[in-house]
Amino acid sequence: MKSFEYTITDPVGIHARPAGVLVKEIKKYASAVTVKKGDKAVNALKLMALMGMGIKQGDTVTVEIEGADEDTAAAAIEAFFKANL
Amino acid sequence: MISIQGKGVSTGVAIGPLYYYQRAKSTIRRYEVEDVETEWQRFKAAQEKAIAQLGELAEKARAEAGDEAALLFETHQMMAEDMEYEEAIQAAVQENRLNAEAAVMDAAAQFSEMFAAMDDPYFQARAADVKDVSNRIIAALTGVAQGGIDSPVPVILAADDLAPSETVQLDKSKILGFVTEGGSGSSHTAILARTMGIPAIIGVGDQLKPEYEGREVIIDGSTGNVVIDADEDAKAYLVKKMEDQRKQREMLEKLKGLPNETKDGQTIKVFCNIGSPDDVAAVLGNDAGGVGLFRSEFLYLNCDDYPTEDYQFEAYKKVLSDMGGREVVIRTLDIGADKQIGYFNMPHEENPALGNRALRICLNRPEIFHTQLRALYRASAFGRLGIMFPMVTSVWEVKEARKMCEQVKAELTKEGIPFSEDVEIGIMIETPAAVLMSDRLAKVVDFFSCGTNDLTQYTLACDRQNADLGRFYNPHHPAVLRALKMVCDNAHKNGVWVGICGELGADLALTETFLSIGIDELSVSPRAVLPLRQKIRETDVSQVREKVLADLLSDENTI
Repeated sequence: MKSFEYTITDPVGIHARPAGVLVKEIKKYASAVTVKKGDKAVNALKLMALMGMGIKQGDTVTVEIEGADEDTAAAAIEAFFKANL
Repeated sequence: MISIQGKGVSTGVAIGPLYYYQRAKSTIRRYEVEDVETEWQRFKAAQEKAIAQLGELAEKARAEAGDEAALLFETHQMMAEDMEYEEAIQAAVQENRLNAEAAVMDAAAQFSEMFAAMDDPYFQARAADVKDVSNRIIAALTGVAQGGIDSPVPVILAADDLAPSETVQLDKSKILGFVTEGGSGSSHTAILARTMGIPAIIGVGDQLKPEYEGREVIIDGSTGNVVIDADEDAKAYLVKKMEDQRKQREMLEKLKGLPNETKDGQTIKVFCNIGSPDDVAAVLGNDAGGVGLFRSEFLYLNCDDYPTEDYQFEAYKKVLSDMGGREVVIRTLDIGADKQIGYFNMPHEENPALGNRALRICLNRPEIFHTQLRALYRASAFGRLGIMFPMVTSVWEVKEARKMCEQVKAELTKEGIPFSEDVEIGIMIETPAAVLMSDRLAKVVDFFSCGTNDLTQYTLACDRQNADLGRFYNPHHPAVLRALKMVCDNAHKNGVWVGICGELGADLALTETFLSIGIDELSVSPRAVLPLRQKIRETDVSQVREKVLADLLSDENTI
């Protein structure tokens, strides 16, 4: 399993557009991706659940990537967070 | 062939199938299903249809207005195929044997409640998106487009009359023209039709029968004639008329880029009235110089709850930046009277036209006004903004509203949020009080805009929605024209500019009058811009001014 921590800089937080693009991005990989904030965790393929976390600017999230292609997936997803969130 | 006579309120000829407006169904049946697998497949098919529709809408929006415009539909698409949403529906259908419509409705409630309960206004607003997506899937399941138009080809839309909240939700690309049973020339259907540049006929009563649905109908907005299953001669005549109008349009195209200048060198600004950011394309397409009236009500009509500051800001910003530095006058909330919104919870009034409406609501409920003013000032950084207050009768109302503007500016300064210092502040002149006080009001504003629909209604004490009062409701009445002259004189003495943003602005029979009394700006529906420019360019004010002014005072002209 791979994981990274990231602090959200987007003023609206994980809102519909980046969440939607994130789901599309994750679908490219076989690995399961979990986004955790505090004691809450969601499968990042679930758009509305992800939005329902209410992740805001300044929140730090932990992203876990687990599966056969976790190395490439982790790098790509971390790059996505930095570029879009 | 069946011929019906109504009243034409927007010109043009259109041919197409007749389609009755479907009112949204208020109840969805719940029942237990026998064959859960077939029911599940029924859901999957509807979901696929909804996703395909949203994809088409996204592409259309992208082609017309770019990537940002496509975003809403893409978000809806992603919600429609969201894994968790689908799982909730699957469980309801396959485990609880619930019919698909009810399962979708339950999932909609579950997820929209989740969003509504969040503390961030952005996420709260997503509750409406979930409901919207779910309604689309339910519509695909039931085969009835809820409040929409479920037809592969564009139609002539028939209805008893359409409420403002209904007209804003219509898919405009599917409408060739309107026919309504009731209504008046100033009803919302009529205004919408003129904005869209398509024909509309009102007041056909019960002559139009539901069994005509789907049959070919030709409507002629200049005569008010509705013909169902036209015979060859009638059809040939009307098709020729349609062609002639097309040629006329082509001729008007040549006026694009030319100034609105009379033969003797007097210029007047020609701006547009719009009701939503989508209308900007038509404003620019008709070469108007700006927006003289942007009705902000659509933002409120489109929501289930008070629209947030950010939501409003985005809409205002879009119009201001799309207009690329041309002036945009946005009218603050103008509801009440014939425009009611549920969540405002306004108590019933015996006489709503004289009641708690427009600026009165804003001053009585400053928290609503404050949100709108903040959104407006924030947007002012993105273009050239004018803010206009409707339904003014006294100087103190304007002073109180301006004080709130100052308060908002102070807040934004403190928060480090940019805004323009050059926002013009104006008022609608639509009450006799505002006309009579225009010398004083001119000292506290930058501009006046005459709302001739209400000004006529209040000056003549004549309800504009009442079809029986047609001949008493006369916007050419000298009382109305004298009021306009008085407003102009008082404005110009104080260096204030005057526009007309009511329907009268586009009335070519009065263009000479408006030029003679010195109106500075006419704000009309986009389609009226070029015919008006043609009329202005043909006019020599020095030749007609004396007669026009004499007519306003003449005893013979008291009607």
